[in-house]
Amino acid sequence: MTTLSFRPRQAATRRGPAGQRPIWDEKPTAGGQVGKGVIMFVVLAVVLVPLYAIVLTSFSTQASINVANGLVLVPHGLTLAAYQQIFTNQLIVHSLLVSTGVTVVGTVVSMVVTVTCAYGLSRAGSFGHRTILMTLVVTMFFSGGIVPSFLLVSTLGGYGRYWSLILPSAVSVFNILVMRAFFAGTAPELIDAARMDGAGEWLILWKVVLPTSRAVTAVIALFYAVGYWNSFFNALLYLPDNGKWPMQLVIYTYTLLGDSMPGTGVTNTGQYAGHQQIAPLSLQMAVVSLTLLPIVVIYPFVQRHFSKGMLLGAIKG
Amino acid sequence: MSAIIEDGAAPGASRDVARAGAPPVRRRMGWRVRIRRDRSLLIMTAPAVLLLAVFTYIPMAGAITAFQSYDIYQGFRHSAWVGLTNFTNLFSDRIFWHAFENTLVISAVQLILYFPIPIALALLLNSVMNSRIRSFVQSVVYLPHFFSWVLVVTIFQEMLGGAGVVNQVLRRHGIGIWNVMTDPGTFRYLVTAQAIWKEAGWGIIVFLAALAAVDQSLYEAAAADGANRWRRLWHITLPGMRGVIVLMLVLRLGNALTVGFEQMLIQRQAVGRDASEVLDTFTYYYGVVNNNFSYGAAAGLFKGVLSLILVLAANRLAHAFGEDGLYRK
Repeated sequence: MTTLSFRPRQAATRRGPAGQRPIWDEKPTAGGQVGKGVIMFVVLAVVLVPLYAIVLTSFSTQASINVANGLVLVPHGLTLAAYQQIFTNQLIVHSLLVSTGVTVVGTVVSMVVTVTCAYGLSRAGSFGHRTILMTLVVTMFFSGGIVPSFLLVSTLGGYGRYWSLILPSAVSVFNILVMRAFFAGTAPELIDAARMDGAGEWLILWKVVLPTSRAVTAVIALFYAVGYWNSFFNALLYLPDNGKWPMQLVIYTYTLLGDSMPGTGVTNTGQYAGHQQIAPLSLQMAVVSLTLLPIVVIYPFVQRHFSKGMLLGAIKG
Repeated sequence: MSAIIEDGAAPGASRDVARAGAPPVRRRMGWRVRIRRDRSLLIMTAPAVLLLAVFTYIPMAGAITAFQSYDIYQGFRHSAWVGLTNFTNLFSDRIFWHAFENTLVISAVQLILYFPIPIALALLLNSVMNSRIRSFVQSVVYLPHFFSWVLVVTIFQEMLGGAGVVNQVLRRHGIGIWNVMTDPGTFRYLVTAQAIWKEAGWGIIVFLAALAAVDQSLYEAAAADGANRWRRLWHITLPGMRGVIVLMLVLRLGNALTVGFEQMLIQRQAVGRDASEVLDTFTYYYGVVNNNFSYGAAAGLFKGVLSLILVLAANRLAHAFGEDGLYRK
């Protein structure tokens, strides 16, 4: 009995073999089962239907968009025209490159800084680690606000430069804390053994700690990458020239605000001479789809680590 | 049993500390020796500390420009000091108070309508026995968390906007259209719906963790005592989640003045300033866009200080409920 009620936590969380219902649990009612099914179906539909419609519209012919008079739900004729148009459009191609470049460079910078700092703070009793930790944590609770940050980055010459999308947001203290908690949990025997073999801290981090923390490293890298890929406000703040814009700003300007996109509009004659049309819906949705793509592609590989990797960080904050 | 197992792990850890330099020995070590011993670790923390010093601590100090009349050509050091003028102007500014009110109202609506949803979803998912269905639903509802606000608002516009899918269906059936994307009156519910679509799925992670940590034998014992599933939910599950629920509530209250800055900014043109102006957008528009830097900095500083007070107060509240909150008492 004692063994039962004081089982280690991990074992207590496991369900019965292969998720079977425990014998003491009453059988589910039919109504309850149907209700649950309906709710889950609705939840799935609310997330997936818009994504389906957007991707389908990006592959649809102008005729089928005209029939639907908006997003296409039932396909009538598919075409790759929108994607061909994208790759002949300087502005969009360039924004794809900018978003990709900022994401790759930014993620590398952030990961290097985060991993080293997290490891540097993970050793109980090392010199100054409490003080440094406090200096980091303070920034989670108080900030100077948008205006002083803007003035600082402008003074440093970041206005109009790509580094203004990376350096000011390169460090996430939350991510450092999550990684630090994991590093601190590395088996001390492994670290000791490495030290016996004459390994310094850098080598221990690279050869021992990182390989045993793959899950959390993958999750944190995904968080940083998504942050850079999605970065919108910094670009709005620091990059006034649309030749330098990342994808998010392109979508904001040409889809949400409905401005005419250079190189896509048909120049009208007559009454509206000189006005450009807004980009066709299929083209807009193709840009949106391309922005969704990397997230949807990378997500499944990292997603299985979420529960494992994030619980600790999410709860302990 | 488990006490022994858990204790078994602890001595191993302390033995390691003893080998690396035991606490009693370390006390006698001079700080020079300790810096020398830990220099690699200190160097490792340097890049992060440097970046935070430049891009977070300097702007913190830069917030003093709220007491100046900032001039781009004079910089922080040479701009004229004006005392509390910016704040007195701010506090007599109707637009500022309107932004403040909007922030609180949107925050309150989100607290009431958004907060229970992840809890309910987590309970629902936890009751699904088929693990394949469970993990599939989980994967799908986490996904929108990784989309940017630009994408989320675009998706809402294409679905619910004037030319969106829903209105097309309404129009085809001869029902009048309703463009919720440009309706200032319902904007607070719209942004809450967007927040739910984007974040409610992700929000269930912590609650699922709390549910997994509830001791299953409690359920068994309760069932043996004749408690049905609703009574078990009320007397075992919910008390088991209490700590996490209080923690999430504390986080939410501490962040009450931050309500989706990008989300508001993006929809400002569609719905108008009146409905969408919150403290952060006020700071941005009056400080950066209108080049009235010191005025914006004053609004930003006001928000920063008030937020800090809110976090501390929310923690007090958590402690009063006997929970840990963000930090222990």
